[in-house]
Order: sequence, then structure tokens, then C-alpha cells
Amino acid sequence: MSITIDRIKKSFGKFQALNDVSLDIPEGKLTALLGPSGSGKTTLLRIIAGLESSDSGRVLFGGDDVSNLHVRDRNIGFVFQHYALFKHLTVAQNIAFGLESLPRRSRPSKQEINARVAKLLEMIQLPQLADRYPAQLSGGQKQRVALARALATKPRILLLDEPFGALDAKVRKDLRRWLRALHDEFHFTSIFVTHDQEEALELSDQVVVMSQGKVEQVNSPTGLYARPESRFVFDFLGHVNVLSGVVKGQSLVQGNARIALPGVVNNQEAQLYLRSHEVQLAKAPVAHARLPLRIEAISLIGSEVRIELAPEGWESNESWEVGMSHGEFARHNPTRGELWYAIPAVGHLFAGDSAQPETVDWHNTAHASAANM
Amino acid sequence: MSPEQHRVGDQPWVRRSLIGLAVSLTVILLVIPVVVIFTEALSAGWSTFSDNILDEYSLHAIGLTLLVALLTVPLNLVFGTALAWAVTRFRFPGRKLLITLIDIPFAVSPVVAGLLYLLLYGRNGWLGGWLSSHDVQLMFAWPGIVMVTVFVTCPFVARELIPLMQQQGSEEEEAGVVLGASGWRIFRKITLPNIKWALIYGVVLTNARAVGEFGAVSVVSGNVRGQTNTLPLHVELLYQDYNVAGAFAAASLLAAIAILTLIAKAIVEWRQSRIEHPAPKTGGA
Repeated sequence: MSITIDRIKKSFGKFQALNDVSLDIPEGKLTALLGPSGSGKTTLLRIIAGLESSDSGRVLFGGDDVSNLHVRDRNIGFVFQHYALFKHLTVAQNIAFGLESLPRRSRPSKQEINARVAKLLEMIQLPQLADRYPAQLSGGQKQRVALARALATKPRILLLDEPFGALDAKVRKDLRRWLRALHDEFHFTSIFVTHDQEEALELSDQVVVMSQGKVEQVNSPTGLYARPESRFVFDFLGHVNVLSGVVKGQSLVQGNARIALPGVVNNQEAQLYLRSHEVQLAKAPVAHARLPLRIEAISLIGSEVRIELAPEGWESNESWEVGMSHGEFARHNPTRGELWYAIPAVGHLFAGDSAQPETVDWHNTAHASAANM
Repeated sequence: MSPEQHRVGDQPWVRRSLIGLAVSLTVILLVIPVVVIFTEALSAGWSTFSDNILDEYSLHAIGLTLLVALLTVPLNLVFGTALAWAVTRFRFPGRKLLITLIDIPFAVSPVVAGLLYLLLYGRNGWLGGWLSSHDVQLMFAWPGIVMVTVFVTCPFVARELIPLMQQQGSEEEEAGVVLGASGWRIFRKITLPNIKWALIYGVVLTNARAVGEFGAVSVVSGNVRGQTNTLPLHVELLYQDYNVAGAFAAASLLAAIAILTLIAKAIVEWRQSRIEHPAPKTGGA
């Protein structure tokens, strides 16, 4: 069942939590609402569920306006951040709660309910814990019980509020994969809220980036990463290296730093955004870029060596980060305190007041220079 | 002296004298009076004791006291639960003020409360004139006694529930409503089991106070023997009649109720601590 959000507004006192949000959630897809805290993502999820009312605007499920439908009658599954399991009921009783709450004429018989609970316990791989109380479960087990409880009445929409936020890293990874597999098997329309970019990009079919009560960008994970449409999305999706300066003589210049930008209007301010994998390091500057940097720190753990650098003779708000393969690292052996030059391959330029970036590609030249390193 | 004994106040003589002081104060101020009540009540023998208890006026006082408790406890149970629900589950202007107002019966002397009711509902009071012209007598009758007792005891249940319900939040209830449960089912299956022990604790305290209330009741009751005399008032009347054995016999009943209440409270607290710290079950994870 598809979900349509139509010009939703919501404020709490003077705080504008959602400012004219419109959105289409495709049927059968897993959509992530991604944003920092205070961006309105949880409020939006609660309005879709009916746990919160909007000041104006409509929510439609499969084309039907449900704005005035009570949460009880929306037939959605909702998974709370802190599980919200009924602590005085056993695992099995928790899972059966939704089925037992159905009106008498549509309620299955006791045997059917028991059979369905047993099946759900199989699905979450916890049949041996049916008679335990929530206080006796680990965080990951609680979250799986919460999911089974939400799915018991076979809702066509599943909403999850920071579903893995309270779990440790290892359990979180396992549960993510498990949720993805579950979703692929049952094909309900799911929306989950998260502030974790990695989680959103790994798990979802579609990512909705939110900031200050507004939708910044909607795209598939790959599309979002390849083409961030605003500075906010850029900053939010992991570390980014920034050179801000003025365009002079077909180059972006600031202090000692200079990058060739053919075809850009002169004498305007501009910012160039470079991701850590879009930059390489060399001992000498190349024709299209001169970005002197001094190595501040080297982090060896991970599939790639991460090198942190400070600008030399120019300025940047945050330190720069460049990734390097372990093989390359062993060959060139960069050490702390040395002066290196950043060689950009691809960059994203925000010129003047434009909110949308323009992609700049120096690929051919960059490869040539990296080989000379 | 070994190094680990060097904490402040951890010398043996400090410990011993503090424990000794606490124990002797408890004995002098609490245990001896209670023992005296029972020994005095029984000093003239069992038959005098039972005569005093089974005396017509004593029996009426016991009956009236039980009636007051029987009406007060359910009233305040419903009132306290509704109030706690309102201030913890909804946000509305004046909510903080309401939480403060709940404590008025604790802050005001019971005698003042009794006087207030007398001024309002008495024959010459604001509402009393209208009431008496309609042949309704509240003051100097059992309804008045119930009214002031309800006033004096109304904070107990709410006071027990509010911090607990605040701490528990409303996520479980939200989960229930998302799962399609009706309001009544949510209250019965989710809210009530979560607040059950606090509720029982509030009832125990309400009952103890309802049975023992003296000040407010004495103002509005009129102390008519066999009509508006509750057990605490009866104790005072007997004492003023120089019937010391009778006074102590009635007092021993009140003391017995108090001790039963304490035992009930201890059981409830023990149950609650077992729920909050359940013994972990062993078995596969």
C-alpha cells in the first residue's frame, strides 16, 4: 500500500517541527527517513501512524485519506525505539496482543492465534523464549519480539522509529540484514526513521533526507550518494573536504591553494566539495591543482588507511580526510608532519548562491598525475 | 586498625552508639506506647475487654468507621487514578498547578478542613441553607464525615501513581492502541497491571488514614454517641468519661488495624521489589 504525505504542517508551541512536507512512499519499498535530531523525522512517522495529529495537510494510504482515521483503525505495524513491550506479559502474550484486540467477528479462534504466534516465534528465531518476560530478554531479542508483535495482525504498512538505535554495533548489523530479508520476503511498505547515514544507505530502497522540518532530497541510496543536491545533504552523508575561495582566471583560489575550473564565471565566490575517495595524495602539485596539506594523523584500522591533513598556507573549517589503500600506503609510507599535495579527480562545485552543485571531472589528468606519484 | 576501616564515621563506637540511639528511641516512642495500649486494654481481663468492645456504642462506632472507609477508599481510588492519568498522559494549561493543588489536603490542618466544610455545608453556610431547605443534612451526619475523610485522604493514591506513571511514560499504551486495542482494554491489560502495586499501596495508606482521622471528623460529626461517633472520636469520649479500660479497648482496635496495615504495606513493598528485580531464569538465549 503506497503512502502519500500531502502538505503536512505541525508545530509544537513556537517550534515548527514539520513545514509543508509532501512525500510519496512507494508500495512494497523500504524507505528511510534520515536526518539529524530535531529534523522532524520522528514527528512525521508518528503523524503517518496517527499517534500525532498534523496541524494541516493530509495522509493517504493507497489513495484513501486516513487523516481522520483513528490510529486503532489504520492497521499499521509500529516498532518503537525502546521496544515498548508489555512488561507484565510473556513474549507469546505480547505477540498475541494485536490478534486478541481484533473485534470479535474478525478475531481468529484461540487455536489459530496460538498457531500464528508459534509461526511468528519461528520467524524471529526465538521459539524457546515464548514464556519469558521482556525483562529477561536482551536488547536484540526484545527488538525482534517487538517486530513480531507489530507483524502479527499482518499490517500492510510497517513503521519503525530508530529501530536499532539502542543496540550495540554487532547486534545492530545482524538485525539490519535480518529486517531487510524479512522485508524482501513479505513486501509490506516500510518506513524507518534513523539518524545513521550508513544504516539508511545500506538498508533502504529510497532515502528521504530531512532537515529542519523540510525534505531536503529524495533518492535511491546510490543516487543520493552520487548526486547530493544541497550542501546539507553533502555534509550529512559522511565527511567532505571543502575548499572555499574566489574564482580567478578559470581557477578557484584561496591563499596558497588553487584548482583549475575551466568554464566557470570569474570573480564569484565558490565552494568545492571533495569526498575523501575523490582525492589522492602526491608529493608534488599537478597542472590542475595545487593543494598543499600537512599530515596530522594516520588511522590504519579498516579496509582503507584514513589520513587527516591540515591546510598549509590556506584555510578550511575542518581538517581534510583522504583515503588510501593499504598497498599504496606501504609503497609511499607517508608520515605525520610531512607536506603532501591533494589531487582531486571529481569534485562538486557550489558557485555563487546556487543551492545545487555542479560536478567537475578532472579524471584524465588526475590519473596521469597519480601514476607519476 | 586496618586501612579499610578508616572511612568517616566507621569507627565501632560511632556505629554502636548510633544504632543504640535509634533502637532506644524506637522502643521509647513507638514500641512501649503500642504495648501499653494492649496491656491497658486487657488489664481488667478478657471479659471486660470484650464487654467494652461489644458495647452498643462501641459496635456502632466500629460500624460507622468501617462504612466511612468503605465509601472513602473506592471514591479516592477512582479519583486518584483519574487525576494521575490526566496529569501524566495529557499536556494542558494549568497541569503543573493541578499537581500542586493535589497536595492541599496534606498542607492544610485537618481541623481547618473540617471547619471549611462546616462553613460551606453547615446550616448557616453558603450551600447549607439551600441544602437544609431541601431537607438534606450533610454536617453532623455520616455524609459529612465521609466528605471530610475523602478530602483529607484524596492525595494518597494520586501521589503514589503520578511519579510511577511519569517514569513509565505512555509508550506501552501507544503500542497497545497501534495494535488496535480499545481504551478499556488498554487500561485493563496494560496500564492497570503496571500500576497495580502502587495502587494497592495508595489504597492501604488511604484506608489507614480514613480509619484513623480525628481532627476533621471531630469538627463535622457533632460527636453524637451511637449516631455520628467514629472509633477515634469514641476513644476520646470514653477517656473523658473516665472509662480508661474502655478507651484503651477501642484504641487497641485502631492499633490492630494500623499494625495490619503496616503488614499489608510490607507485603506490597516486598512484592514490588521482586517484580522490579526478578530472579533471572536460566536457559538458552
